[in-house]
Formats: sequence, structure tokens, C-alpha cells
Amino acid sequence: MTCCPAPVASDNEPPRLEAEEAKRWLSYAGPGLSRIELIVPGVNCAACIRNIETAMQAIAGVVSARVNLTARRVTVTWRDGEVEPQTFIERLAGLGYPARPFDPRESGFLQDDREGRALLRALAVAGFAASNVMLLSVSVWSGAEAATRDLFHWLSALIALPAVIYAGRPFFTSAMAALRHGRVNMDVPISLGVLLTSLMSLYETINGERHAFFDAAVTLLFFLLVGRYLDHLMRARARGAISRLMTLTPAAATRVEADGTHRRIQATALRAGMMMAVAVGERFAADGKIVQGASDVDRSIMTGESAPEAVARGNPVQAGMLNLTGPLLVTVTATGNDTFLADLIRLMAATEQNQSAYVRIADRLARFYSPAVHVLAASTLAGWLMLGQSWHDALMAAIAVLIITCPCALGLAVPAVQIVASGMLFRRGIMIKSGAALEKLAEVDTVVFDKTGTLTLGAPEMRELPRAPATILSLAHGLARESRHPLSKALSAGLHKLGIGATALDRVAEHPGQGLEGEWKGEALRLGSRAWCGVPARDHDDGRLEIALCRQSDSPVFFHFEDRLRPQARATVAELRVQGLAVELLSGDREVAVRRVARETGIETYHAGLSPQAKLDRVEELRKMGRKVLMVGDGINDAPALAAGYASMAPATASDIGRTAANIVFMGESLDAVTFARVIARKARSIAQQNFVVAIFYNLLAVPIAMTGLVTPLVAAVAMSSSSLVVIANALRLGMSFSEPKPVDASAPLITMPRLDTPQGRAA
Amino acid sequence: MSGLIFLIPLALLLGAIWLVAFLWSLRAGQYDDLDGAAWRILDEDQDRTKG
Repeated sequence: MTCCPAPVASDNEPPRLEAEEAKRWLSYAGPGLSRIELIVPGVNCAACIRNIETAMQAIAGVVSARVNLTARRVTVTWRDGEVEPQTFIERLAGLGYPARPFDPRESGFLQDDREGRALLRALAVAGFAASNVMLLSVSVWSGAEAATRDLFHWLSALIALPAVIYAGRPFFTSAMAALRHGRVNMDVPISLGVLLTSLMSLYETINGERHAFFDAAVTLLFFLLVGRYLDHLMRARARGAISRLMTLTPAAATRVEADGTHRRIQATALRAGMMMAVAVGERFAADGKIVQGASDVDRSIMTGESAPEAVARGNPVQAGMLNLTGPLLVTVTATGNDTFLADLIRLMAATEQNQSAYVRIADRLARFYSPAVHVLAASTLAGWLMLGQSWHDALMAAIAVLIITCPCALGLAVPAVQIVASGMLFRRGIMIKSGAALEKLAEVDTVVFDKTGTLTLGAPEMRELPRAPATILSLAHGLARESRHPLSKALSAGLHKLGIGATALDRVAEHPGQGLEGEWKGEALRLGSRAWCGVPARDHDDGRLEIALCRQSDSPVFFHFEDRLRPQARATVAELRVQGLAVELLSGDREVAVRRVARETGIETYHAGLSPQAKLDRVEELRKMGRKVLMVGDGINDAPALAAGYASMAPATASDIGRTAANIVFMGESLDAVTFARVIARKARSIAQQNFVVAIFYNLLAVPIAMTGLVTPLVAAVAMSSSSLVVIANALRLGMSFSEPKPVDASAPLITMPRLDTPQGRAA
Repeated sequence: MSGLIFLIPLALLLGAIWLVAFLWSLRAGQYDDLDGAAWRILDEDQDRTKG
């Protein structure tokens, strides 16, 4: 593991914690003490723990500071009034660790945590019971007789019955919930099997009979809880990793009062008709109309359009857009529920309701399995009665059938495979939010890509240098470095990379929405759009972005920029097509820009200029055609389509809402995460199916033995344990059948700051 | 046979002690940060982290 991150190049301001707003993050930690939890994505080694804890404890008023490396969080406790939480964030930022406050109540964390602990406690109880009951059972099997055997059975009952009641709850509640909805899941036969086994064993113990199956009941629960806990761990891990990407949404805005004073208020307190000031690098907190100033706005995350748009007095702006070059004064026209963003969220919610509930593979099997098992048990009972046996013996045989078919191996068949698969994907920086997502990914037959930020990296880059003397280029560099416009930044970064220095100019001024102006040796120079330079517009638009540098004495020089494709974009598309999947490109950008990317990646079907609704409609249309669509997108405008997809993926750089909508999130730049995830998902599915075959084959052998009444507790224990072990061993094969991919340095991508909330994230 | 009279309760007691110890350590948060614990053991300056 590499050690501490290179401090994140931070032209990102650390998030401001306004005193009012800070309250919701704090918790009570004793008399006069407060506590706050901060997410620090950059913590990844021992030295980080040391640096952070030492630095935090050096702050006056801090009582304790503790780093949680697993969750990448820092918990700080301090004496009220002696220090403000904002200090912690600033100190951490100073050390090179961007941090943000974390509320454990958000996004179901607390619930996750509680569920995990409950499962672990149940697992511990089941483990305790299983080992002790097994100890007693082995004594019985090795020949304990009469009073000793009865004593051992009673002791077993004493341990096993409370353990079953306690540790079996996760299964009982799930089974009850399924039955109440008129469905059958795997937990129904499990619960029935465990409960009947315990009751029958108790009956036998009371009557001093030879066979009691307490060990079977508790070991069964133990194995199943292992599977259940693994499943939980997988989801919690993905959720934790994704939450670290989440950032503070622009919660504050600057209101301009009637008397002209500026005041920071919460975005939720904005009302239509209010005036707000939006600084350079800030996002609009509400929809509005510009009343003063001119600027360029980046709306790519909203619309997928790659070129920034010049805006001036009278133009409408939408919440979520990024103000790039000039301060603006805006009257608010819509807030909260009326904004464009809120419309999208409603669209998403509606889509999710339309989606029919997906039935997991194991539950699909349970639909056939449970009735079959119950019919077998019933016919055993009937058969024994018809042969003239006593009710007691007939019932015993029937219950033995239920015990032996209790789907221990089936309960492990899927979670065991999925935890191995998700672990492999996790090491590659791909996070699966649920087991269902993995199952669905294996079934997709159509892949729909978004353009900006998904097929491309979402930031313009200079590809080739125009033919011009070096002095001119270094003048361009000198002008460009003065601006935060994405194209200026791309130009200055591109020139810097080629080793071209910057010449300082005099009287440099930026004219928002138009370009830059400066003077060199008395000659005026301009850098910006064609219109700014007074050059006629292009007659042929090839979809590339350009800026021009012009001097009075010479013809203008044009610099061209492209949004570079993600590494492996072309190879990924080709690979998907080889595997027989249909590939489509849906974008909100201009036709020329989309056509260009479609051609470069080899995608034949593309649609340009789509609204979020139109993207959603296309995905729905494909779904109605019976296709299973994997939607890959990142922007706010992709969110409804992501929610509508059969499966969905988003890069870690996506907008918060995009990552929330997607059920798989991948780190790093390379697009081959899509093919890799799909290959693993398919492999996992086939191994899960093999596991089912193993489990069912075992039943085929064991059921006849049970029906003839020959099952002793020893036979049941051996059969169950061995089938479970076979299933687990088979699952581990998944890890071996792939040469371990070179792990993406898990720490590095985690600190790339997402776009929505770092004002310069997009342009940087 | 008579040995069982105290051997069995002893076995159960040991198991119960383990169970209680585990539940206590779970509640005390000892499983909250397994990665961090692995690194902290290498840290010589123990006094720092009383939190």
C-alpha cells in the first residue's frame, strides 16, 4: 500500500461550515462536550493516522481525535465554546486532507450499522450454540446411552432453543414479510426447517428417544448467518466507499438585501423574487434570471453540453450550473421544488416506481424449490401412513425430509459467490451496491452510453499545436493563465506540458462571456471567441471547441480543443460488440460533437441534443422492446435514465445524483471497467448456477434416505456441512480462475474530487 | 461419569465467557476499524490516542 497521498492540489476551497448549519452535524458527547464526524477520503495509512491525530489534538480545546481508517473518518471531541468545528476542516485541508462533515443519520448509515451488528451478534450466538451442541452431539454419536444421552439432549435443548429463537430472527422476519405479501423466498423453507427440527427434537428429548437434531438446527443457522453477513458486508462496503465520494451540495447562497448588503443564507431559505449574488466558481443555488453582469456558465453536468455558454443580463440560469468567469447578480425565479433539478428528481422517483421488483436468482429458485420440498414431505407422511406405520414414525420421516432439504447450501450458494466477485471488483475500483445489481449486470444485452464525462473525460484538452512562432504561443500562455475559463485553463495546461513558458503581459483584463485582453510592448492582444477577435465565424463546425489569439499586426492563431475520450473507450465498445451487445450513444450535446465521438468510438447508433426526458424515453423504449439495458452515465441529466436502466453504472467523477441513481460506480479513468465488471458478473452467475446444481444434486441423494426414515443426526450433520463446504469451495474458484488484475491503487482515485460540489472540479 | 458433572458446566462456562467477551468487544467498538488497528500496533507513540 502506498503511503500518504500527495496533498491534493487544492484550488478547492474547504467547505465552509456556517455556524447555523454546523449544528446538524454535531452530537452530544458528555457535559460540555461536542463531537463531530468528518469524512476524510485521503486517509489511507499509518502515517496519516498519526499526522491527523497529532494535529487535531494540538488544537486548543480538543479532548480527543480518533481516525477510523476503515471508514476513512475522523471523530473529534472538543469542549464547547473553545473551538469551532470549522477549524478542524481548515487544519485538515492544510495537511492536504480535504474533509467534510458526516452525519451518520444520512443515507441509511446508522441502519446499516445496526443491521450489521445485529447479524454479527446473531452469528456469535449461533457459533457458540453450534460448537457446544456439537460437542454434546459427538458424545451421543460415540455411544452415550440412556440417562447420559438424555442429559446431553436436555443440555443441547437448553442451549439450542434460545439460540434458535435469537439467531433465527433475521430469517423468520424475512420469511414472514414474504408470506404476508403472498410470495415465497428462500427464508420460508429455511425458517420452517429450523423450527420444525427444533420442535421435533424437543419432543423426542421429552420422550427420551434416541435421535435429537439440535446440532443440525444450530449449525444450519450458523452457516446461513455467515452467508447473510457476507451479503451485508458487501453492500455496506460499497455504500461506505460511495458515500466518501459524496460532497456537500451547495447548501448556502449569498442574498443581496434591499439596502445592498450581502448575507449568506441557506439555499432552502431562498424565495422567488429574492436577489442573489453568485461569485466566480460558485454554483447557482436556484433557478433565476441575470440582472447584472456577464459570465460564462458550465452546464455540462446538467445537459451534457461540453462548451461553456456565454450569458449576460436577461439570460435565464438554472440551479446546479457553474459560474465560470464573472460575478453575477441574479433574481431568483424558482426554488426548491420548482427548479429544473427538482423536476429531474421527481422524474427519477416516478421511474423507480414503475420498475417492477426484480426477483433475485435464489428467490426465483425458491419459487419451485419450496413447493417441491413441501410436497415431498407431505407424500412421505402419506406414504408411511399408507404402509401402516404409526403417526409418530410417519411424522418423524416427514420432518427428516424437511431437515435434510433445508437449503443450507442454497442459502450460501449465491452470497458466497457474490462476496468473492464483489471483492475482486472492489480491488479494481468497481463498487457494486447490491447483489441484485451484480445479477442484473450479467443479463444485460444493450449498453447505452452518455457522452460528456462518460465516454469522454469531461474536460477539454488541447490536442495539437497550431503553427505559430514560439513568442506568440508564450503570449497566449501569458493571457490564458489569467483566466478560470475551462478553455483558457486547458490552453495554459497544454502549453505548459509542451514546455512553452508564459510571457507576462500588461493590463490584462477578462471580459466575461467574451475573452481576455492584454498589452505587450504597446500592442493589444486578444484571446477568446472568434467574435471577440472580430474574425468571421467558421463555415464548417467540426464539433471541436476553439479559441483564437489575435494581434493587430498579424492573422489570428486558432487553438483547438477536444474533450478527450476515456482510455480504452474504443476498445471497450468494440469488446462489447464482439460479445454481441448492442451499443448506443445518447447525449445532450450538439450533433457535430456527438457524431465525432460516435465515430471515434465506433458506435453506430447515436442520438444528439436529447433532454433528460428524451434519454429516459429512449431507455424505456428499449425496455419495452424487451431489451435489458445497461445505462452508463454521469451527469444530472442522465440520472432518470440511470434509474430506468435494468442495470446502471456511473464513474466516480459523476454528479452526486448520478452516483446515487446508478447501482454500480467505478473509479479511475479507464472505461474497461464496464467490460471487466460484466465478465465478472457473468462468471459469478455461472458459478452460482453450478452451486445450485451441487446443492440440488445433494438433495437428490439425501431425500430418498430421508424418505425411508434412515436419517440419523450424524447423517444430517455430515450431509449439511459437506454440501455447504463444497459450495463455498466452488465460490472461491472464481477468484482463482482470473489472474488477479493489477489492483488500481484504491487510495488514489478516492481522492479525486467529484464534480458537482468542487467549484473548479470540472475545469481543473 | 462423575467427571462430567463439573466438566460439562466448565465447557459451557468457557463458551459463555467467550460469547460475552465477543459481545462486549463488539459493543466497545473494537471491530469498527480493523484496518486502522492493524497499523496502530506499529505506532510507538501510544499515549496520543486516548480517544
